[in-house]
Amino acid sequence: MLDLLKPPIEAFQEFVLLSIRAVRNIFRGPHYADDIFIQMDVIGVGSLFIVSLIGLFSGIVMALQMARALTTYGAQGQVGSIVAITLVRELGPVLTAVLVAGRNASGIASELGSMKVTEQIDAMRALGTDPIQKLVTPRLIAIAVVLPLLTIISDFIGLAGGYFIASTMLGLTFSEYWTTAWQALEYNDIAQGLLKPFVFAIIIALVGCFYGMRTTGGTQGVGRSTTSAVVSSSVWIFVLTAFITYIWNRVFVKQ
Amino acid sequence: MTPTDSNILRFEDVSLHFDTTVALDHVSFEMHPGQTFVVFGSAGSGKTMLLKVAVGLVRPDSGRVSLFGQEITQLREQDLFDLRARVGILFQEGGLFDSLTVAENVAYPLVNQHALRHAVAAGSAGNGAAARSVEDRVRESLRFVELDQTLDKFPDELSGGMRRRVGIARAVVSEPALVLYDSPTAGLDPITANTIVALILKERDLRNTATLMVTHRYQDGHLMANFRYNPNSGQIERAGGGGDVSQVSTKFLVMNGGRLVFEGSEPELQASQDSYVRKFLRVGGA
Repeated sequence: MLDLLKPPIEAFQEFVLLSIRAVRNIFRGPHYADDIFIQMDVIGVGSLFIVSLIGLFSGIVMALQMARALTTYGAQGQVGSIVAITLVRELGPVLTAVLVAGRNASGIASELGSMKVTEQIDAMRALGTDPIQKLVTPRLIAIAVVLPLLTIISDFIGLAGGYFIASTMLGLTFSEYWTTAWQALEYNDIAQGLLKPFVFAIIIALVGCFYGMRTTGGTQGVGRSTTSAVVSSSVWIFVLTAFITYIWNRVFVKQ
Repeated sequence: MTPTDSNILRFEDVSLHFDTTVALDHVSFEMHPGQTFVVFGSAGSGKTMLLKVAVGLVRPDSGRVSLFGQEITQLREQDLFDLRARVGILFQEGGLFDSLTVAENVAYPLVNQHALRHAVAAGSAGNGAAARSVEDRVRESLRFVELDQTLDKFPDELSGGMRRRVGIARAVVSEPALVLYDSPTAGLDPITANTIVALILKERDLRNTATLMVTHRYQDGHLMANFRYNPNSGQIERAGGGGDVSQVSTKFLVMNGGRLVFEGSEPELQASQDSYVRKFLRVGGA
């Protein structure tokens, strides 16, 4: 029984140690600013189109679904507020994060994994540079900055998609839709909608790097690491969003 | 250890195990500045592990390792980085970064290593003759290995021998006091292999670098012990008579199953009656 538990506990310990070192490196040199900007470009600018597209269609789908339900109660005027609340609180952060996890946790895991199996990580250490400082910390900072920004863009484009449906199918005017959408949102929702992507960003970066750095077993091992990185970062995103929402409601929302 | 002790690398009773296999078994030796060490051993005899332990990439289970007089066995990874910057390493397959160009690879330690970065910055800030930019040093190092035409190529565009040469350029660009070579001639044809050894000799004799070379080719060790680089002619020449310095300062180690089974000079190696040790003499046919 104890032998069965040993590998996951060891892996978790490794993950925690990597996380501590990655975060600690933010506060001490040497800093590799170039690497941070390159990663921001790869992850942020690179994901912009696909994140916008998914945002647009999730807004459209939300509006279509809600329009039907709300029409039953004669409340189709409220479609803006429902789309706004679901997108900003939940769908925007989660869908964007899952997308970035699929795109970049895999990219990070395979890049670092290939470096690991070809001894480039060892070469880095031998040349007197810290692979965590050079590879992990820049990716962590880059995703933590970029993912909340991508989420804001995705939320906004989603709302625009909702407006497209509201105006064409429900006949709502511009101000009818956007006023209800705007009024439905509280600072509370926006704060929650920005905290989530920040937490997800940390998970995506660290999980991607963790699986990459512990890759063994050649090309096949790189494949395995990539798959594990996407699967576990996606799962963690859903687990954490439930967790954050629960705590948030208990602490900040007066019933 | 006393402060007057001038050893550059010292192993004291170092052992290392992986699960059930023994990688190093009570290994002890001492290396001084300007010395050349040649380590022979068959595959899996612990040669590569010896190098990794020497720079703290792998921690031994027991025993002590000192690098430049500082014990590294208990040192934190963070503190090892600056110490490692004083050692050059050539990995078995070159260990080049495949997504960086040749020039970026060679520049890597100068651009990314904390201590070296500061040294370069201080130099280019105007220390007169000593001031050399990263670019100059990279070019110089690549000219040293006769590859200054390939700056913008990627490692996978180069042949095996050329990659090895870029690896040497990167190992020596920081002008280290100690250079470790892990099987620098493995998998190369004899002519290319000799070119690589000639470069290693050139680095050793021009800058008087302490050199530790791991190999399974007797020929490499023989060249290291008996030949030297002549800066006047730019050629590799057979070293002078009996009292020659390079002959005296080249030491041979033979490893078998993680154990050091022989330590001595070339004549002693040739006189050895041990069948395992003699195997390496036969392979080279020198």
